[in-house]
Amino acid sequence: MLQIETLHISFHKKLKISEAVRDISFSMGVGEILGLVGESGSGKTMTALAIAGLLRRRDITTSGRILFDGVDLLTVSRDVLRTYQGNKIGIIFQEPMTSLNPLMRVGRQVEESLRIHHGALSAAERRQRALKAMAAAELPEPAALFAKYPHELSGGMRQRVMIAAAIITRPALLIADEPTTALDVTIQAQILKLLQKLNREMGVGILFISHDLSVVRRLCHRVIVMEKGRIAEEGGVDEIFNAPRAEYTKRLIASIPQRRRI
Amino acid sequence: MSAWTERIFCFMKKSNNYNLIGGAVICGLMLLLILIGQFYTPHDPNAIDGMNKLAAPSPAHLLGTDNLGRDIFSRVLVSLGTTFSIALCTVCIGAAAGVLIGGLTGYFGGPLDEILMRACDIVAAFPSILLALVFISLIGPGKYNVIITLGILFIPSFARITRSAFAGCKNQDYIKSARLMGAGGARLMLVHILPNTIPTLASAIAIGFNNAVLAEASMSYLGIGVQPPDASLGRMLSEAQSYLFKNPWYALSAGIPIVLLILGFSLLGDGLQRRGGSDASN
Repeated sequence: MLQIETLHISFHKKLKISEAVRDISFSMGVGEILGLVGESGSGKTMTALAIAGLLRRRDITTSGRILFDGVDLLTVSRDVLRTYQGNKIGIIFQEPMTSLNPLMRVGRQVEESLRIHHGALSAAERRQRALKAMAAAELPEPAALFAKYPHELSGGMRQRVMIAAAIITRPALLIADEPTTALDVTIQAQILKLLQKLNREMGVGILFISHDLSVVRRLCHRVIVMEKGRIAEEGGVDEIFNAPRAEYTKRLIASIPQRRRI
Repeated sequence: MSAWTERIFCFMKKSNNYNLIGGAVICGLMLLLILIGQFYTPHDPNAIDGMNKLAAPSPAHLLGTDNLGRDIFSRVLVSLGTTFSIALCTVCIGAAAGVLIGGLTGYFGGPLDEILMRACDIVAAFPSILLALVFISLIGPGKYNVIITLGILFIPSFARITRSAFAGCKNQDYIKSARLMGAGGARLMLVHILPNTIPTLASAIAIGFNNAVLAEASMSYLGIGVQPPDASLGRMLSEAQSYLFKNPWYALSAGIPIVLLILGFSLLGDGLQRRGGSDASN
C-alpha cells in the first residue's frame, strides 16, 4: 500500500543545509501497524509529515519517492494530493489540546473531511456518519457531544474526537504521530486499545510514531528504528525486542524503565 | 424577572467588564437618537428663522438656535446620522479591503506579503489629514468622496491587524490538521482561520469606527467634508467657534455628541478586546 523509496529530506536556511531524513526506504502493507521509533530529532516525524504532504515548502527539499497505491505523493500536483489527504490518509497529532479548532463545534470538526471530500452528502447523512465515527472512536453519547465545543472536553476525549475525524472517511492509512504522549497512562492504554480495535475492525493501516518502546511493543506488528535520519534496524516486534541487532536498538531497549528491586 | 434580564444580570456580575457594559449603554443611546433623527426632528433642520438667531435653550428649541436661527437639536439629530453613516461606510470599506489584503498576505507570506505591506506602509506613513486633503482636492468635497477617501486611508490599519492575526493562526495545530484533511487554501482561510480572528477584528472595527468619526468631524470642521446645507457635527463646531463665549451651548451641543459617540465606541472596543482576550486565554 505504502512504499517509500530513498526518501531524503533536507532543510536549508540561508546557505546552511541540515538533513533530517537520509535516504530511507521501507514499505507498509494493507492493514499493518508499523511502528516508527527513535529519539527526538531522528527524523520520524519528518517522515510522517512528508507522507502526509505537509512538507511542500520552499525551504525544504525532498527527493526519493513516496508511493501510495502506486501514486508518488511527492511529485503529484497539490490538487491531487488534496484528494488523498483526509480521504485516504488520516492523521492524528500528539497534542489533542491544540489540534481542535476552539471556535468550531466538535461535530462540525468530525464532519470536516466529509465536507471536503464528499460534497454530495446531505447534512443528515453527514451527521449520521459523524455520529457513527464518534461511536467507533468510543466517545460516550456522541449525539450530545456533537454540539459541544472542544474546551468542554478532556484531553482523552479530544484525542478520540481527532481519531473520529480521521477515520470518518475510512482511510487506508492512519498516521499517528505520538498520539499518546500528551495523555496520562490510563487514557494511553485506552487509546492504544482503540487503535488496535480500529485496525482489526476497519482494516486501517496505522503508521505509529513514538519514542515510547513499551507502547510500540504492545501495539505494532512491525517496527522500524530510526537514528539520525537513517534506519538503524527493521523487523517484526518480537525480533526487535528479543534479539536486537543494531547497537542503537539495544541501547534504546535498555533504556526502557523496568521494575527492579533495590 | 424574565430569562433575558436574568442572563444580562448574571453576565454583568460575572464579567466585571464595565467597559463593555458602559460602551453598550452609550452606543445604544446614541443609536436611538440617530434612529429618531432619521424619522422625526422637532423642527426642519434647515429652516432658517431670522427672528430667532442664537436663542438660548428653551422648551421650543431644546438646545437653542444657531446663527441662522436653525434648531440646533434637530440639526444634531440629523448630523449624528450623517456622521454615523459616513463612519460606518468608511469602516466597511476599510475593513473589507483590509481583511482581504491582510488575509492574503498573512496566509501566503512571501513576496506578495512584502509588496502589499510596503504599499500599506506608504499610505500609513503620510499624515492622514494631509493625505485626505490631497484626495479631496483631487476628487472634490462631498459626502461620498469623504467616504471613499477615509475608506482608503483606513485600509492599512485593518490589513496589518488581519495579517498578524492570520499569520499567528496559520501555524496553529488545528489549522495544520485541517490542511491535512485536504482543505484547500480558500477553505482554510474562510472556514478555519477567519472565525478565529473575529475577536481581534471586532475590537479593531470599534476603534476604527472612532477614528472614522473623528476624521469625518475634523474634515467637516476644515470645510472639506460634508457640504452645506447638510448638517454635520464638525461643521457645526466650526460655525460655533465664533460664538463660543456669547453662546457656549452651540459649541457644547455640537461637541458633546461627538465625545459621546467616540467614548461609547472606544469603551465598547475596549470591552470587546478584553472579552476576546479572556476567551482566547481560556
